[in-house]
Amino acid sequence: MLIRQGGDLTENDVTPRGIYLRRREFMTGVAGAGLALAAGPASAIALRGEPSRYSTDEEKTSKDNVTGYNNYYEFGVDKSDPARNAGALTTSPWTVKIDGECDKPGTYDLGDFLRGNTLQERIYRLRCVEGWSMVIPWLGVPLADLLKPYGPTSKAKYVAFETLERPSEMIGQRRSVLYWPYREGLRMDEAMNPLTIMAVGLYGETLPNQNGAPMRLVVPWKYGFKSIKSIVRISFTEKQPPTAWNRSAAREYGFYSNVNPEVDHPRWSQATERRIGEFRRRPTLMFNGYGEQVASMYRGMDLRKFF
Amino acid sequence: MDRKARERIVYAAVWLACLAPLLWLAWRGYAGELGANPIEAVIRKLGVWGLRLLLVGLAISPAARILRQPRLIRFRRTVGLFAFSYILLHLSTYIGVDQFFDWAAIGKDILKRPYITIGMAAFLLLTPLAATSFNGAVRRLGPKRWRRLHQLIYLIVPMGVVHYYLLVKADHRPPLIYGGIVAALLGWRLWAARKSA
Ligand code: HEM
Repeated sequence: MLIRQGGDLTENDVTPRGIYLRRREFMTGVAGAGLALAAGPASAIALRGEPSRYSTDEEKTSKDNVTGYNNYYEFGVDKSDPARNAGALTTSPWTVKIDGECDKPGTYDLGDFLRGNTLQERIYRLRCVEGWSMVIPWLGVPLADLLKPYGPTSKAKYVAFETLERPSEMIGQRRSVLYWPYREGLRMDEAMNPLTIMAVGLYGETLPNQNGAPMRLVVPWKYGFKSIKSIVRISFTEKQPPTAWNRSAAREYGFYSNVNPEVDHPRWSQATERRIGEFRRRPTLMFNGYGEQVASMYRGMDLRKFF
Repeated sequence: MDRKARERIVYAAVWLACLAPLLWLAWRGYAGELGANPIEAVIRKLGVWGLRLLLVGLAISPAARILRQPRLIRFRRTVGLFAFSYILLHLSTYIGVDQFFDWAAIGKDILKRPYITIGMAAFLLLTPLAATSFNGAVRRLGPKRWRRLHQLIYLIVPMGVVHYYLLVKADHRPPLIYGGIVAALLGWRLWAARKSA
């Protein structure tokens, strides 16, 4: 259960020029100003983000459904499992390891990793490979802004991501349903696309654990499993990195996994989807409706081959 | 209490047990407790209860033999018909609610999705069994042919398990458990047949 507290911090989040992410340094005892992103497991802290032109004005999926219907196999395979089991995860302290083809590899505290970036609200469609979709108001930072300071070299062609592996708290990892830790990856241009964000919150609060606290990727033109949760490692690589679902079933889950109504998954038609909360299926849009921002990255590629 | 009254009570209890999952599902739906994707939840619950009742149906004759209660056999038809009803509702929910009678999409699903192909085949094979489960049919077909026809169930239930196995994304344990139970129930028959031969 999520107990809402810390509403008193809202005033601190908003400055006239924008909204900054900072870290309340209660772990180190330093009396820093700002807000706790990495708070205790049972607390959600209010966040505010600047509106974005990339947001959709479609009706949002209810918060109950966004936080109660999740695919997060680290906490169980049933979609109600994460909400039940993810409370056990300790998200503070949290570090992220940056390595591979870059100038400044190292292990960074979450607060340092995010510091100085303006939080934005991005209301995105999310399309799951299973044929359902949601509209979610994320709070996050463009991934490009977070990654550039580490100086990816000219050899960095891809970015690989890794989820925490901690079976003592992530009970789904006690069985090898997938290869743990969960891994995902993007091509460099995809990672740098302005639509790609690192989310730290949703619905005006820090992320609930079942949604990938304390930070997760959101890549809205790809099937949901590409948007890896609870990230502890980011690597710049020259070669296309292995990804969890692709290793599990290569024929079904490609590296790109762009939302594409014309390329079916062997088990599900991808032509239509059910928007959670609606009765009738609706047609699925190419690139989940984000073609204007992303289609040019795939020009000349056979999207049936590179599915 | 005379025998007839007792028999009626036992039948009512079997009926109620078979109906309970459906009533429970209807109640949960009415109370809005089927979660964010109630249509998916209903399809899955109906499917899994259809499969469970098929397993119960398969377990009746071994149980009757092992427990020396031959009269248990009389419940086989009731259980089988309930299994068929759950699967019919399962299929109807898929066609009428999930796909909303989009016959083109349904046709494509049947041809292109192996789990739907095999589910559909299992359903089509099950239908003549349900249709010939009244006493008159036994008479009309003759007991031998009737039995031959109803032996199709040994094929249908494994097909239901394969359908389940194919639709699971990563955690294959539940369909494998059902598969193990089916293997045990069918294996027992082989063993019993060989012993009496
Ligand atoms: C003997 C016949 C059948 C049996 C025993 C059966 C059983 C099952 C079972 C056990 C499940 C999984 C439930 C769960 O995940 O908890 C399932 C799911 C499903 N079945 Fe069937 N089924 C049969 C026939 C059919 C037919 C004829 C169709 C449609 C043409 C169908 C369509 C589906 C669909 C769409 C799902 C849900 C898949 C998903 O949610 O991803 N089934 N069925």
